[in-house]
Amino acid sequence: MAAGSTYTPIATTTLGSNTNTVTFSSIANTYTDLVVVVSAAISGGATDIQYRFGNGGTIDTASNYSTTVLYGTGTAAGSYRQSSQTYILADYYAVPSSTLGNSAAIFQIMNYSNTTTFKTALNRSNQAGGGVDATVGLWRSTAAIDTIRFYANTNGTQNFLTGSTFTLYGITAA
Amino acid sequence: MLNIIAGTLSSGVAPVTSSYESIATVTVGAGGSSTITFSSIPSTYTHLQIRGIARTATNVSLGLRFNSDTASNYSRHYLNGNGASAGAGGGASSTSAYAGTTATATSAFGANVIDVLDYKDTNKYKTIRALSGGDNNGSGFVQFMSGNWRNTNAVSSIDIFQVDGDTITQYSSFALYGIKGV
Repeated sequence: MAAGSTYTPIATTTLGSNTNTVTFSSIANTYTDLVVVVSAAISGGATDIQYRFGNGGTIDTASNYSTTVLYGTGTAAGSYRQSSQTYILADYYAVPSSTLGNSAAIFQIMNYSNTTTFKTALNRSNQAGGGVDATVGLWRSTAAIDTIRFYANTNGTQNFLTGSTFTLYGITAA
Repeated sequence: MLNIIAGTLSSGVAPVTSSYESIATVTVGAGGSSTITFSSIPSTYTHLQIRGIARTATNVSLGLRFNSDTASNYSRHYLNGNGASAGAGGGASSTSAYAGTTATATSAFGANVIDVLDYKDTNKYKTIRALSGGDNNGSGFVQFMSGNWRNTNAVSSIDIFQVDGDTITQYSSFALYGIKGV
């Protein structure tokens, strides 16, 4: 069996001002999976993080996404689904608050650069006062992903707050 | 890896990328495969992680066995969401651990991240955990899964398969990684 070191930091964004979107673009196709670690606060709180993928620098805003959620509220567990949406839902009860450090999310974007399969991403989110979520999202496209855009809700009315961090890693299989 | 992530979140320290190494990849070819096998796993790591995508025709739960042990030496549990409600289940004397989820829609593949802790420690039984999900745009599951192998032998091989016997289809792919300790 071959062995090689991997889990490579690609890019980190620490917000210097409030913004509605955070984008990783021109992602090299030299990895197998991507991992994104997000520690964010959102203005007003109680707003979902949503995300979209793109190829060739163009974000797909069509209804090619779906999400299945498993959540815990602190008093109950449940599940939720969105089909044929214009984004993947990153969280449901573990939505970021307006306080930095109260939420964390780690995204696993699998086999992102192949051009044979639709793309599937997992996410685990926590929010200290909200709950805990696990989500699986599907992008019904066989295009390689070279752009990922996170939204503090795609309606554009709220922002990720200054100090929020987004870190992208690449993992290469043998 | 967990320490790497925790360090990143808490203090901003750079990941120790040399502690996470790729060992092997299995990609399913035309005609599909009943089992994904990693064999001759080196004993030079502390933990293992398996990352992969998988598709099957009908049934979605993936099982995992160590060292080709097909006896009832495993316990296993899951907590899942099907888009409408949460569910849970498990078994105390099973013939495999639960390890993942497939998708079943055309071109859709389930995603799986499986952690195998202390795989070479001969003083303890072996426990795995997985975060997995397969979304078919209208159906599917997201799941936490786990398993315990009641055996103290070091793990040298791992088999992954669909527990109801479905074929794992072409383009499904799993990669094995080793995580070093100090």
